[in-house]
Amino acid sequence: MRRVVQLYKSTIGKKIMMALTGVILVGFVLGHMIGNLKAFQGAEKIDAYGEFLREMGSPIFGHGQVLWLVRIVLIVAFIVHVIAALQLTRVGQKARREKYAKSLEYEASTYASRTMRYGGVFLLVFVVYHLLHMTTGTMHPDFQIGGIYHNLQVAFGSVVVAGFYLVAMAALGFHLFHGVWSGFQTLGLNHPRYNRYRRPLAVGVAVVIALGFVAIPISFLAGILS
Amino acid sequence: MQLVLHVWRQAGPNVKGAFATHRVAANPHMSFLEMLDSLNEELAANDEEPVAFEHDCREGICGSCGIVINGVPHGPTRGTATCQLHMRKFRDGDEIWIEPWRAAAFPVIKDLVVDRSPLDAIVQAGGYITARTGSAPDANAIPIPKDDAELAMDAAACIGCGACVAACPNASAMLFTAAKASHLGLLPQGQPERDERALKMVSMMDAAGFGGCTNHGECEIACPKEISVEFIARLNRDLFKASVMAVE
Amino acid sequence: MTLESRVPSGPIQEKWDRQRFELKLVNPANKRKYEIIVVGSGLAGASAAASLAELGYRVKCFCFQDSPRRAHSIAAQGGINAAKNYQNDGDSIWRLFYDTVKGGDYRSREANVYRLAQISLNIIDQCVAQGVPFAREYGGQLANRSFGGAQVSRTFYARGQTGQQLLLGAYQALARQIGLGAVTMFPRTEMLDVVVVDGHARGIVVRDLVSGAISSHGAHAIVLATGGYSNAYFLSTNAKGCNVTATWRAHRRGALFANPCFTQIHPTCIPASGDYQSKLTLMSESLRNDGRIWVPTATEEQRSADAISEGERDYYLERLYPSFGNLTPRDIASRRAKEAVDSGRGVGELKNGVYLDFRDAIQRLGADVIGERYGNLFDMYERITGENPYDVPMRIFPAPHYTMGGLWVDYNLMSSVPGLYVIGEANFSDHGANRLGASALMQGLADGYFILPYTIGDYLTRIGSAPVTANAQAFGAIEEDVAQRTKKLLAVEGKRTVDSFHRELGRIMWDECGMSRTKEGLARALQAIPALRDEFWSDVRVTGRGENLNQTLEKAGRVADFFEFAELMCVDALHRDESCGGHFREEYQTDEGEALRNDDDFAYVAAWNFTGVGEQPELLKEPLAFEHVPLSQRSYK
Repeated sequence: MRRVVQLYKSTIGKKIMMALTGVILVGFVLGHMIGNLKAFQGAEKIDAYGEFLREMGSPIFGHGQVLWLVRIVLIVAFIVHVIAALQLTRVGQKARREKYAKSLEYEASTYASRTMRYGGVFLLVFVVYHLLHMTTGTMHPDFQIGGIYHNLQVAFGSVVVAGFYLVAMAALGFHLFHGVWSGFQTLGLNHPRYNRYRRPLAVGVAVVIALGFVAIPISFLAGILS
Repeated sequence: MQLVLHVWRQAGPNVKGAFATHRVAANPHMSFLEMLDSLNEELAANDEEPVAFEHDCREGICGSCGIVINGVPHGPTRGTATCQLHMRKFRDGDEIWIEPWRAAAFPVIKDLVVDRSPLDAIVQAGGYITARTGSAPDANAIPIPKDDAELAMDAAACIGCGACVAACPNASAMLFTAAKASHLGLLPQGQPERDERALKMVSMMDAAGFGGCTNHGECEIACPKEISVEFIARLNRDLFKASVMAVE
Repeated sequence: MTLESRVPSGPIQEKWDRQRFELKLVNPANKRKYEIIVVGSGLAGASAAASLAELGYRVKCFCFQDSPRRAHSIAAQGGINAAKNYQNDGDSIWRLFYDTVKGGDYRSREANVYRLAQISLNIIDQCVAQGVPFAREYGGQLANRSFGGAQVSRTFYARGQTGQQLLLGAYQALARQIGLGAVTMFPRTEMLDVVVVDGHARGIVVRDLVSGAISSHGAHAIVLATGGYSNAYFLSTNAKGCNVTATWRAHRRGALFANPCFTQIHPTCIPASGDYQSKLTLMSESLRNDGRIWVPTATEEQRSADAISEGERDYYLERLYPSFGNLTPRDIASRRAKEAVDSGRGVGELKNGVYLDFRDAIQRLGADVIGERYGNLFDMYERITGENPYDVPMRIFPAPHYTMGGLWVDYNLMSSVPGLYVIGEANFSDHGANRLGASALMQGLADGYFILPYTIGDYLTRIGSAPVTANAQAFGAIEEDVAQRTKKLLAVEGKRTVDSFHRELGRIMWDECGMSRTKEGLARALQAIPALRDEFWSDVRVTGRGENLNQTLEKAGRVADFFEFAELMCVDALHRDESCGGHFREEYQTDEGEALRNDDDFAYVAAWNFTGVGEQPELLKEPLAFEHVPLSQRSYK
């Protein structure tokens, strides 16, 4: 543990923690997205899938126990990811107190890389809303426990809500595009022979996850799902 | 060609600086620094103090020069230090903004001259192989695969100008540190101190007040020796291994 | 004063061993009681400072650059020689020794050169151990190339950046010692005088270039590793900051200056593009392996190169030297280029260059092969000139590059002032009248890593370890001198800029004391230089103040010293009534236009003693004996 703390003290250590927690979070959103696609198989299937998540680990674990274990891991990962990001931002700001009068011409960095921090904050807001909306139902107008399909149907009946989800998923796509590539760099996963696949893989992960997620609200808006 | 220059003038470290505007006539065959020389000759003739800027070899190898030109460290030609930039890359009537490297770790000393000694401090912390004079075995005793030697040379080409820091949105010195650590870490002679080197250099880099790397890649583009960000991945890996795997 | 070279007796192969045995050692426990100052942080300075600190001495190292890594050794391109015989092609210490003495045109000290060849082996070992990424073969062994006309492949190289990589090796060793606290580094600090107390060098006076503060540092011994003086010509391949100040100031305090007229002109540099030119850039000599040098036969030729037919081209080196052709030694290639330009057949807009043409090589080998060999150089050429050498011939012209002369030192590298050591390009010792390619790096590192650290101990044991305090009266007086000089420069408040004076001085030196010299020309220079120096002191304009970073003031101080030194160069060139190596006196040439040595009268080192500015210096002679390399006239026909 001492070593982990020592590592975390350095800027690279913070980045490594962001990358490791990022791997967990990317795994989660990928699983979440695939689960969501069950909506296309009808209300019964997706509601049953939701029940399965709660029943995971049975009979060794009780109802919802494994799900909570997973949630705890995710929450910790998420918190570490956010705190490290905030600390790195602070270090970066302190490292250039006086700005360029004629701002830097960016040549290599991408829109995605430069907006990581803003996009990250936006995603944080979205996650809080999304939990209140779809998990606890606090912000849902007609929330049914276990009625996943119903909850989606009601939520995405609103163009505003669906629109917000679309924007958030675009932000997630950008975040993943830079995050995945950056993760490879930070974890030192590079090899001359395979380096050329890193960018395309980052694009692939970002596009697949973002498209997979937005398929649901778009389908409701377009009437493909009803 | 006629040019309008906006040059950063700052009398000393803790004084407020500002842009001064000068009109100069330049010859397209001049180097950028020769254009500044001619501005300085003119200023001196008018009893004004010349613009202080750093330069020495003017062959792109000593790493002394470094100016942000129109928002680009070392100016518009890729893989070229300021001293080898020539005026033919500009057009008649161009307006040129000339600024020093800006980073909290590189305080301005005067005009375009900054203090880059933190880069030396990073090397002093561990950017070397301990080989006491006289203790070396025969040079051919350890064969080194050609590819490894070439890759080490790619990293060793760093001239320590600090353009990577200037170009980085976080003012991070990762490319500089990674290039030195990789140069030594790629060679068999560099293995005994590899873990310790990574730990010490990174720790000094952070202590010196540079920002953290967030993989924008601007450093690689600004680098006059076109050193690859692949070396950054290598240093990250070394640091991870050194922190987690080290026996003590 | 007599010159005591302190070369040990015995067979030449054993001299260095014998010397190392005879030199007194400093007790390891006592080493930390000694302080040593090293001025300069190039190959010689950095390697010396690091090695001395490793031995346990307390070292202070000074450089005017912002970091020790920027010293001009960094710009050396070609490589470093060593008699390793890794190629099994018949190289040996003896052959390297022989080639170096012969290449130096018999004006170097045999014993020094032999030691240099011996140590060349250790240097490569040391550098590889430090992580210098020398070029390698596929089997992982070190690669070599033949360089500068040598008949064996003994040159080690790291792409075109050998100097950079060797310097980084030494710099890293130095950085380690700085990190350990064994060396105190003073960057951005310029040495402006030497303090001599009771005939011994006891300290230096420096100016902090950022604050302008003038201060003294005392030590038991002083090491000058301050490089060469090619910038006396204003336009040279040296870095802009290179200067003669440290060695000149030491000379004024009693150190003899040896062979100042031995300067080397490098034949393949990019010609000046206008009167704003600030320095010249060297292109590796290897280009002459495939490029053909020519000028038009007609003077006042206006057409572009491709419009000039074969019959209207004069491949003068191939014509004059059928067996060596374009690969004739540096001094010959340089002189012939100057002749071509002086005869009005120069090329380029300013008619100040000769063509180095790759057309035939590209036709024979293909652009790809040429690109592989010289791609980097072609890119650099295009960056600077805007012309693509694949399409149009390169233009080249010689430029001052290296100075073989320097402060006189004995076999132990100590100058004529006890306690003042001089290493690297700053001393005169190993290259005679002409330096072979890839030998400068070798000498700098030999001095710093493997010679000085032994020899300095002998002196230190003799003087004892009583602390040297920098507040003695002598220090104060010299500090005051330095401060006055700075004030004087600022007080002239004339009209002309420092650079305009430096350019004019450089022009005189280039015309009269450059590639070829005449009695009349040198006499003219000796009239012109003092006159211009007087004008400098009455009409120079140094802007700004002395109490902060003032680059104009730094330059002014250096140019002021060049003004005094340039006169000595001309005096030396005028007195040496012969031609040898880089010193070519038009009056002394063979029927074929080659340098004609006069071994009977001039086989000696000319060591000059300072007698006052504008005064005729006193000449001391160290005779040179050639017992192992028989005197012969070189021929490249």
